[in-house]
Amino acid sequence: MFKTSTFIQKSFKHEIISTISCLCLHRKKANAAMLSNYEVFKLLTDLKEQRRDAGKSKHSVRQQNLNTIMYETLKYLSKTPCSRQSPEIIKEFLTTMKHHKLTKAEKLQLLNHRPQTAVEIQLMVEESEERLLEEQIEELIQNVADLLPGDPEQENKAAADARMDEGGEQS
Amino acid sequence: MFVLVEMVDTVRIPPSDFERQLNDAIAEELNKKLANKVVYNVGLCICLYDITKLEDSYIFPGDGASHTKVHFRFVVFHPFLEEVLVGKIKYCSQEGVHVTMGFFDDILIPPESLQQPTKFDEAEQVWVWEYETDEGAHDLYMDQGEEIRFRVADEVFVDTSPTGPAVATPDAPAQPGQSTAPPAEESGDKKEAPYTLIGTICEPGLGLLSWWSS
Repeated sequence: MFKTSTFIQKSFKHEIISTISCLCLHRKKANAAMLSNYEVFKLLTDLKEQRRDAGKSKHSVRQQNLNTIMYETLKYLSKTPCSRQSPEIIKEFLTTMKHHKLTKAEKLQLLNHRPQTAVEIQLMVEESEERLLEEQIEELIQNVADLLPGDPEQENKAAADARMDEGGEQS
Repeated sequence: MFVLVEMVDTVRIPPSDFERQLNDAIAEELNKKLANKVVYNVGLCICLYDITKLEDSYIFPGDGASHTKVHFRFVVFHPFLEEVLVGKIKYCSQEGVHVTMGFFDDILIPPESLQQPTKFDEAEQVWVWEYETDEGAHDLYMDQGEEIRFRVADEVFVDTSPTGPAVATPDAPAQPGQSTAPPAEESGDKKEAPYTLIGTICEPGLGLLSWWSS
């Protein structure tokens, strides 16, 4: 609910309209917060549901830009690990990551990418050779694999390949 | 990849929308204004996150619409420097490898930032990494549509707001492959992307995903 509009008194000059109506968009704080891919994915999915429920057809004509960016961003994010995450998974992940002493940016990258090899970990963690021992990197990979859900298709394929190898050895 | 940016702006609500809840009308106007647009030195705006403060609404003489100053937070695509991202190769040219992420297209990996040694195959218009092993050199092609992991080395913001009739811009060839999601740029002769990311793949683990998957 908004307050009743206030009418500007006639003593104001006519120029005021143009000055105030023109673009006064400005940024207050550059990086108020970093968002994980999951948060953006959830926001866009909820927004999509909301707009679909509202059902107004005039949305699509007036909001073409919003539709485009939502569609493309959701398409991109749905193919990343964030589409299989939830607030509980992220909370558990961050709690487990505490003792590894990683920076916020590094934890965010691990969360968004779900690295599976040591090479990927070294990309995301700065100076990993000096900060982490080999066992710690292994532990990190294990934590990531256990806590963050992976791509079921990829995992099924890997399991099928493993079974094929075993079958070959047996025969 | 995404950040939250706090912004302030005055939103104009036309009288035809007065029946709607103010919050909804303002949210729609902000999205209409900023979604899928690049704000100079901020990034590519995605969608409204929330409205933090609504100041009083004013109606000015001569204009029936209400003007409200709004404090809000917007989700913006603005990767930090050194961040690792995954995209798809759009096409290769002499300038380097052009990568797209679907919602954001203007990512370039210049030739000096590719894995060395790399050469440009003119016939197929692809960059090829000549990977040396003990068995000999393997030619690894950077084909269109392949998924590629890169690191953000630099970002370039260009102010594409109209400069006025006095500046006569010569007819420059338009950049090929305009973004599918066009940011706010003037429809002039020179089409420069307002926000470009410069990437690098000159590190172990970077480059095509297929190169590093066991």
